[in-house]
Amino acid sequence: MSVIILLIIASVSIAGIFLAAFCWSIKDKQYDDEYSPPLRILFDDKPASATDSDNQ
Amino acid sequence: MGATITTSKIICFHCGEACKSEKITFQQKTFCCEGCKMVYRLLNDNGLCEYYDLNQQPGINQRIEIRKDKFAFLEEAGIRQRLISFEDDRQTHVTFYLPSIHCSSCLYLLENLHKLNPGVISARVHFTRKEVSIVFDHRMITLRECAELLNSIGYEPYISLHDLQHQPPRIKKRMIYQLGVAGFSFANIMLLSFPEYLGLENAEISLQSAFRTINVLLALPVFFFSAQPFFSAAWNGLKNRFLNIDAPIALAILVTFSRSLYEVFSGTGAGYFDSMSGIVFFMLLGRVLQDRTYQQLSFDRDYTSYFPIAVTVLKDGKKIPTALPDIKPGDTLLIHNQELIPADGILTKGNAAVDYSFVTGESIPVQKEMGELLYAGGKQTGNAIELLVIKEVAQGYLTKLWLRDEFKKEPQEKNISFVHLLSKWFTVIVFSITAIAAIYWGFTDSSKVWNVITAVLIVACPCALLLSNSFTNGNVLRILGRNRFYLRGAQAIEDIANANHIVFDKTGTLTTTKEQDVVFEGSLLPLDLQQAVTALAAQSTHPLSKVIAQYFNAENNLPVHQYREVPGYGIEGFVLGHQITLGSSAHVGVTSANNAGTSVYLAIDGQLTGFFRVRNRYRPCIPDLVNQLGKHKKLSVLSGDNSAERQYLQHLMGDEALLLFDQKPEDKLHCIQQLQQKKQVVMMIGDGLNDAGALKQSNIGIAITEDSNNFTPASDAILEASQLHKLPLFIQLCKANRNIVLASFIMSILYNIVGICFAVQGILSPLIAAILMPASSLSIVLLTFGCSNFIASRWKL
Repeated sequence: MSVIILLIIASVSIAGIFLAAFCWSIKDKQYDDEYSPPLRILFDDKPASATDSDNQ
Repeated sequence: MGATITTSKIICFHCGEACKSEKITFQQKTFCCEGCKMVYRLLNDNGLCEYYDLNQQPGINQRIEIRKDKFAFLEEAGIRQRLISFEDDRQTHVTFYLPSIHCSSCLYLLENLHKLNPGVISARVHFTRKEVSIVFDHRMITLRECAELLNSIGYEPYISLHDLQHQPPRIKKRMIYQLGVAGFSFANIMLLSFPEYLGLENAEISLQSAFRTINVLLALPVFFFSAQPFFSAAWNGLKNRFLNIDAPIALAILVTFSRSLYEVFSGTGAGYFDSMSGIVFFMLLGRVLQDRTYQQLSFDRDYTSYFPIAVTVLKDGKKIPTALPDIKPGDTLLIHNQELIPADGILTKGNAAVDYSFVTGESIPVQKEMGELLYAGGKQTGNAIELLVIKEVAQGYLTKLWLRDEFKKEPQEKNISFVHLLSKWFTVIVFSITAIAAIYWGFTDSSKVWNVITAVLIVACPCALLLSNSFTNGNVLRILGRNRFYLRGAQAIEDIANANHIVFDKTGTLTTTKEQDVVFEGSLLPLDLQQAVTALAAQSTHPLSKVIAQYFNAENNLPVHQYREVPGYGIEGFVLGHQITLGSSAHVGVTSANNAGTSVYLAIDGQLTGFFRVRNRYRPCIPDLVNQLGKHKKLSVLSGDNSAERQYLQHLMGDEALLLFDQKPEDKLHCIQQLQQKKQVVMMIGDGLNDAGALKQSNIGIAITEDSNNFTPASDAILEASQLHKLPLFIQLCKANRNIVLASFIMSILYNIVGICFAVQGILSPLIAAILMPASSLSIVLLTFGCSNFIASRWKL
């Protein structure tokens, strides 16, 4: 029956991954502005992001 | 594409406003002004015309030109340092507030700003906050040029004194994390507790201790992290010698946790970890729903949000942009068209036509002559004026209202929710039951005393009350927000329900700033003269001229010769061979001016023919509104205007209403204080900065706005003017809120009684606790949501 322990550890860690994903999405401000992202994806030219700024 | 002709009017391809002529065209597209055409050309040259494909006429009208040096102050090192958020040797980060962001085209254009100027590295829009964060290379473009670039495409950055003094508030996210952790632990502990409840066979007893250990580990973050808001609120309450609802809840959590720990480590039971984390999870959920804020609104604006960050000071003939806090009495300020007067001063040069709509809600500019005192807060319209400062910015007539000591208190100390009082009684009763049970068991079986005490405390915590309160509040806030009545927080619901005296401001609140009533008094004009007056009035852009031009409903196609406008006085010209003069009494040459509101005099060929009396129009919903509110509450009107309209207003508000005129901002505040001393619970409804003191002093201050994107003075609630007629329904909903909380509380008490019955007998098993707790929580949530939504839908809110 010790396999149960193994399974439980596995299930709890998967749940933990989801918790971490949730915290990351909050920290990443994904819920701050619900209007722009769905529109931004529709624009043909992607605006230059801050990360590739050094190449300019 | 390119066809801008709808039915008969020609509208501007850029901004959608009606074009006066068809002269301004570019690539077969018609524009209303050169400014709009310029923006189109700029976008066209840079391949950004998708802007026009996303929305119809998305542009912002460019007819009002912005002064060339307007953003010169951004070159001042002191101001610049305060505005930018980050800077290294290559790039600078800055965030501007752009009030004109309104559609997806705006988003598209602003995020492609780097195509218009290579110095811009990136721009990112935060749509709900109407902000754009720009990263630019300061070796190629300065902050000032950046602002001017935004301005040139119609998005003028709004930079106020507020930006200089405060950092933008960070949204509190801690509670969301706490909620996530509690939910995670709750679900897993539930899962691991099932075997315990269903019964384990003897062969699997080794698993039992493993499950219990994991439960303890999962419960630790709930107790030390997620439950923190309750502990800190309880501690704060106790420090102020006030027993709030969090105190018994914190006690219950503490008792549950320690008893569960004891049971697990002594091997006597599984503990109540699932109940504890479940309760924490549901209570946090309720709080998060209740505390949801409106990002696009601000309830804390003081004068600094209205005032500009810098102003032009004239010193030895030079124009020096100076940060507002550095203005000293004795300085001479240069105020341009459409700029705000930032400090009280004496007009030393030019003619002032001051628009005090921010302050009083009155949209018709007030004429001032040289030597007259100008109060801060007005906007100059017309030519530039010079002003000798007599008081520092913070010491002005209007601004010193905010420096009053009583306003520095925290807002939540103003009123105490009935929920805390209820919980106090509840706690007393629970403690008595605990004591009685403890004494009883002390005599019969002393080994069970601790068992019983802890069980009663676990079961009887007033979490159900907190749950019902926060869930109902959250839902009512949501319903009101859907009806464009935005509350600062949950406490405002109760304050609205309790108010028994409603005080209105007149201008801008009872009346609308959008339309004016015009009456012509004098000899009747023949049709040709009516047309002539209309033609003359149509030449001017002054608000009064616009109103008069529409008054006669006459055709406007007569030519005007020798047209002359004297700013601040009036207009004149020859139409159909008649010399027509429109304007103030001094302009027309009338000696006996009447004082009944705003009047515009008309003279034809030097003969006074009559005058137009212009007054603000009362909102059409007012008689109905007053009628409904007046049944249960006292009504008052505090007006900054003179008493010319007393009779009409008394008729409108009913005989019992208290009407006070010529009220200065301080008078309004004192008046509210006096009413409160008579034990009245005052609701103040106002709109301008001159109401700000009264709004703050009142038990519940509601700011009326024509558009929720506009600036409103600090208040507890913001109501869109178009929804004013629903106010009686809103008040009823807030009253119903209390009944719903009480009803669901009574229901939860029934659950508590069942639980206490088990607890005092000393047979409260974790299973019973685990069934009772979610059952009561869930039914409370359903009941509160159901009731409040049912009431709202019945009243069509």
